[in-house]
Amino acid sequence: MLIYALRRLLQAIPVIILIMIGTFLLLKLTPGDTVDALVGDMGGADADFIARMRAEYGLDQPVWVQLWRYMVKLATFDMGQSFVYEQPVATVLMDRLGTTLLLMATSLSLAFSIGITLGAFAARRAYSLTDNLISTLGLVFYATPSFFLSLMMMLLFSVKLGWLPVGGIKTIAGFYTGWDHVVDVARHLIMPTAALSLIYLSFYLRLMRSSVIQVADQDFVRTARAKGAGETRLMVHHIMRNALLPAVTLFGLQFSTLLGGSVVVETIFTLPGLGQLAYQSVIQRDMNTLMGIIFLCSIIVILVNFLTDLLYARLDSRIELS
Amino acid sequence: MTVLDTDLRPAEPPRYVVFWQRYRRNRAALLGLGLFAIVVLMALTAGLVDPGDPLRRAGLPLLAPFVDAANPLGTDQLGRSILSQLFYGARISLLVGVVATLVSIIIGIVIGALAGYFGGWVDDLLMRITEAFQTIPNFVLLLTLVAILGSKIEWITLAIGIVSWTAPARMVRAEFMSLRNREFVDAARNLGVSNTSLIFREILPNALPPIIVYASVIMALSILLESALAFLGLGDPNYASWGNMIGQGRAVLRTAWYCSAIPGIAIVLTVLSFSLLGEGLNDAMNPRQKQ
Amino acid sequence: MTADTAPILTVRDLRIALPEGADRPFALQGLDLTVHPGEIVCMVGESGSGKSLSAGAIMRLLPEPHVHVAGGKIIFEGEDLLAKTEAEMRKVRGNRISMIFQEPMTALNPQKTVGWQIDEVLKLHMGAKRKERQAHALEMLKRVHIPDPESAYNAYPHQISGGQRQRVMIAMALSLSPKLVIADEPTTALDVTTQLQILKLIRDLQKEDGAGVLFITHDFGVVAEIADHVIVLRQGEVVEQGPADQVLNDPKHPYTQALIASVPDLLPPPPKPVTTLPVVLKGTGLRKTFAARGGLLTGKRKAVVAVKDLSFELHQGETLGVVGESGSGKTTVSRLVTRLLDADAGAVEVDGTDLLACTPRELRGMRKHIQMVFQDPMASLNPRKRVVDIIAQGPIVHGEDPDKARARARDLLELVELSPAAANRFPHEFSGGQRQRIGIARALAMEPKVIVADEPVSALDVSVQAQVLKLLADLRDRMNLSLLFVTHDLRVAAQLCDRIIVMQKGEVVEAGFTAEVFANPQHPYTQNLLASIPGRTWTPPYRKTDAA
Repeated sequence: MLIYALRRLLQAIPVIILIMIGTFLLLKLTPGDTVDALVGDMGGADADFIARMRAEYGLDQPVWVQLWRYMVKLATFDMGQSFVYEQPVATVLMDRLGTTLLLMATSLSLAFSIGITLGAFAARRAYSLTDNLISTLGLVFYATPSFFLSLMMMLLFSVKLGWLPVGGIKTIAGFYTGWDHVVDVARHLIMPTAALSLIYLSFYLRLMRSSVIQVADQDFVRTARAKGAGETRLMVHHIMRNALLPAVTLFGLQFSTLLGGSVVVETIFTLPGLGQLAYQSVIQRDMNTLMGIIFLCSIIVILVNFLTDLLYARLDSRIELS
Repeated sequence: MTVLDTDLRPAEPPRYVVFWQRYRRNRAALLGLGLFAIVVLMALTAGLVDPGDPLRRAGLPLLAPFVDAANPLGTDQLGRSILSQLFYGARISLLVGVVATLVSIIIGIVIGALAGYFGGWVDDLLMRITEAFQTIPNFVLLLTLVAILGSKIEWITLAIGIVSWTAPARMVRAEFMSLRNREFVDAARNLGVSNTSLIFREILPNALPPIIVYASVIMALSILLESALAFLGLGDPNYASWGNMIGQGRAVLRTAWYCSAIPGIAIVLTVLSFSLLGEGLNDAMNPRQKQ
Repeated sequence: MTADTAPILTVRDLRIALPEGADRPFALQGLDLTVHPGEIVCMVGESGSGKSLSAGAIMRLLPEPHVHVAGGKIIFEGEDLLAKTEAEMRKVRGNRISMIFQEPMTALNPQKTVGWQIDEVLKLHMGAKRKERQAHALEMLKRVHIPDPESAYNAYPHQISGGQRQRVMIAMALSLSPKLVIADEPTTALDVTTQLQILKLIRDLQKEDGAGVLFITHDFGVVAEIADHVIVLRQGEVVEQGPADQVLNDPKHPYTQALIASVPDLLPPPPKPVTTLPVVLKGTGLRKTFAARGGLLTGKRKAVVAVKDLSFELHQGETLGVVGESGSGKTTVSRLVTRLLDADAGAVEVDGTDLLACTPRELRGMRKHIQMVFQDPMASLNPRKRVVDIIAQGPIVHGEDPDKARARARDLLELVELSPAAANRFPHEFSGGQRQRIGIARALAMEPKVIVADEPVSALDVSVQAQVLKLLADLRDRMNLSLLFVTHDLRVAAQLCDRIIVMQKGEVVEAGFTAEVFANPQHPYTQNLLASIPGRTWTPPYRKTDAA
C-alpha cells in the first residue's frame, strides 16, 4: 500500500512541474511585467530606474534562468507579492482556502450521495415513469447554469420569502459563537452549495444510472440470481459494489471542474473564497495572485486525485497493492 | 440440408436511412432536435426579426413582457429590447459553441490519436500534458486566458476551446488504444498501409461516433462557459449575449426578474437540446443499447 | 436407461416468444424433454437454436417481459415451475436446481472472494452457522479438486485460473446437492485439457449425487464424451432426440446428419513428400518476451516469455499447423512471422529475404508476399468500408490501378463463392462465415507466397466451419498455396495440416507429420493433448452413411 501510494505521488511530480512551467509562460505572455506594474503604481519613473528595477527582479536574465528561479520559489510556496492586497500571495490564499474547501466538501458530498442514490433508483426502474422523471430532472439540472440557478434561488428564498441570507459566509454584525456560529455559516452555505452541486449531482446521476444498468446486465449478476438471491441482495452486494467504481473515478476527475465552478458561485454569493479571489484578481489584473491560485488549486486537485486513487484501489479488489 | 453459408442476406437500406429510423424512435431526441432547430432559426433570423443593433435603446426602460407590441418580451434597464438581444444572443452562443467545440475536438483528436496510436513515451508525454491541463480548474484557466488575451469574442472562443480539449483527447486516446489492436487494423498494416493512413483512414472513422456524441456535450459546456464569462462581465461588450443579459438583470432582480429569467430559460433550453441531441445520436449509433 | 424411475424434469411443448422485430417470433417452438435422476441430457444446436433460452426458461430467468414463455409446461419434481411465484422460485434456484455458466471469467463477481460467493448460496438456502458453512464450502472446494482450498477460499476470482474458476462455479452449483444441474456450455471457454478434466468432474460428481444434468453444448465431441440422451435443436425446433449412441452413430434427421458430417474426423492426411519442395517461409531462432510493464493502476506485471527459440520451415504448397492451448504462444507466432509484432531475436525469411531486417519502407513492399487471415470475423474487417474496397485496398496500396483492383476484387468474391452483389455492401451485412471468406479474398488479392491463418474458423459454427475449411483446402490445392495454420483445435489441424508443430508455454515440444504425430505422439504434453480431444473414441459415421 505504501509503495503504491509513493509510486502514485511520484507520478504527480511531472504534472506539477508542467503546471509550474505553464504558469510561468502565462505570466510571460501577460502584457507588462512586475516592474511595469510597480512603476504604474508609482505613477511613472525614468528609464534608468526601470532598468535597475528589472535587474533587481532578475528580469534581465535569460528566460530559462528566470524559469528556474520561479520554480525554486514556487517549490517553497513563495508565490511573490500581491500588489492589490500588499501581502505575500501565500498569505492571501491561505486566508481564503478554508471557505472554498468547506464549499467544495459540502457540494461534492451532497452531489455524490444524492446523485448516486437517484441514479441507482432510476436504473432499477429503467424506462419507467420514475426513471423518466428522474432522468429528465437530471437533464434539466445539467442544463441550468449555476449563476442562473443562484439568481433564481436568491429571488425566491431571499427576496420573496426572506428565509436565507443573500450572501457572505456569516452575518457580519452577528458575532455568533459556538453552535450559533455553525448554524449561521450553514445558513449562508445552503444556496451556494445547492447552486454548485446540482450540475455535479446530474453528472453522478447519469453516470450511476448507466453504470447500474450495465452492471445489472453482467454474467455474475445472472449467476447470483441463479443462486436464488433476491433483488435487494443483488443490488447491495453485486450491482452497487461494482457500479460504484466508475463514480469514484469521476469524483477525482470532477474536482477540478468544481473548483472552477466555485468562481461564479462565490462571486455571486460574495463568499470570501479562492474563487471570488480569482475573479477579483482578473478584474484588478493581479497576475501573481492569479498564478498563485492556479498553483494552489492544482496542488489541491492532485491531492484529491491521489486520495481518490487510494480509495479506488481499496475498493477494487482487482488492483494488487503490493 | 444445411443452409449454405454463401447465401447473402437481403440488402440493407443505406446507412443514413437506418440512422434516421433509429434516431426517430427516441422521442426525447426528436424534442432535442426541435429545440435545436428553433435556436438555429433564432440565430439565422436575428437580423430579420428586429433589424439594427440589439444594444441600442428600443423603448422605455424596464417594460414588462407582453405589454408593448414593439418589444414583445419587454426591455431591460437601459431600454434595450429583450427579444432582439435574445435572438442575437442565440447567434453568439451558437457561434462560440460551434467554433470552440471544433477547436477543442481538433486538438483532442490530434493529441489523443498520437498518444493512443503510438503509446510508449509519446503517450506518456502527451498524457502528462493533458493531466496538467486537466488539473488546473478550467474556469480559472479560462479567466486567466481572458485576462491575458482580452475580451474579444475571437479570443474568448479560442480560450474556451483551449480549456476544453482534455476530455475529447482522453476519449480519442481510449478509442485508439482499443482500436489499434483490432484485427482490421492489423490486416491493413499487413497490406502495407502506412501509419498516417492507418490513423486517419482506418482507425479515425471508427473512433468518430463516440466523439461526435461527445461534441454535443462540449458544445453545451462551451455555451455554459461563455455565458458564465459574460455573466461576470468579462464577455465581449460589443455583442449581445445571454450571460451578459442575466448579469445585467441581476441589478434589477427585485423589480424586474424577467430580465434575467428570459435569457436564463433560453440557455437552459439550448443546453438541454444539445444533451437530448447527444443522447439521440448515441442511441442511433450504438444500437446495442436499445431497451 | 433409467426410464423406470420418475423423471426430475419434464418439459412439455415449451414455447418462448421473442420481442417484435426479432428475426423469428419464437425462440423455441414446442420443446419436449425429460431428465431422469443420474442422467445427462445434452441439448445440441448451433448459435441461434434457442438452447440457452430454454435453460433460462427452466430457471425462470428469461429477460422478461421482452422474452417470455408463451406456452407449455415445466414440471420439476412434480411441481409446475411456471406456476410458482418469484419468491418460491428463489427457494428453488441454487438449492434444488442450480446452474453452471459458460464464461468462468465473468460469471463470478470480481469484487467478492471465492469463499464469499460459495457462502452466499449456503447462506441463502442452508440455514447453518457460519463455521459449518465455511467447513462445507471448503469441503466442496476439495471435492472439485482445487489445490489448497483454504487459500482459494480467500482468493478473488481474478487471482485464480479459468479452469479453477469453473471448478469454483461447479462447487457452488453442487454445494447443496441439487436434484437438477443445468450446465450452459460450461467448457466452451476452456482449453481442451482443462475441458476434459471439467467434463470428468461434472460426470463424477453427478454420479455421486445422483442428480440429473441438462447439458447445453454446440460441440458433438463433448456430446460423445458425456451424453446419455441427446436433443438436437435447430432454429427453436427439436429435429431429433434419442439415446446418445443412436443419435451419434445413426442420426435419422438430415440436419443432424449434416451437423455430424461437419465434425472434422481425426484421420490426418497421409504424409506428403513436401520436404523436397522449395522453402517459402523460414523462421530461425524466433524469440519474443513481453516486457514487465508497470501499469498506472495495475502495478508491475511479470515479464512473459511468449515464444522461446522457435525455428520452422514451410515448403511450397504445404500446410504447417501450429497447435497449442491458450498461453502457448501460437498467436504470437502468427504476429511475429508477419512482423505485426517485432521479435526480440531471430529471422523470418520469405523467399530468402529476412523480413525482420527490412527497413519500414522495404517491409511495406515485402508485406504483399505474406498475408494473413484473422480469427475474429467481427473485428477483422473495417466496419466503415465496403467489401470491394476492403479487398482492393492491398493491391491499390501496392500501386495497382484502382479500377482494375476493384474489378479483380469482384472476381475474387466469386472465387470464395460469394455473389459479386456482395461487393458494395458493408461487413455488418454478412454472416461470420461470409466475413471469413471476405478475409480470405483480401489475402488472396495480394497473390501472396504465404498465407498465415490465425484460428480462422474457431469463431464459427461447426457447419459453417466445415464449409470454410473446405474452401481453404480447395484454394490451397488449386492455387498451390503455402499455409501457416494456427489453431487450438486438433480436429481442424488433423483435417488440414500436412505437418504440425505442437507448442506449450512458448516452446515447441513436438513437430512432425500430422499423421505420425497423431498416431504416435512422443512428448507427454502431446499425448495429453490428444487424449483430451472430446469424443476422440467416436468416429463420426458419415463415411458409412454418406449423408454429406
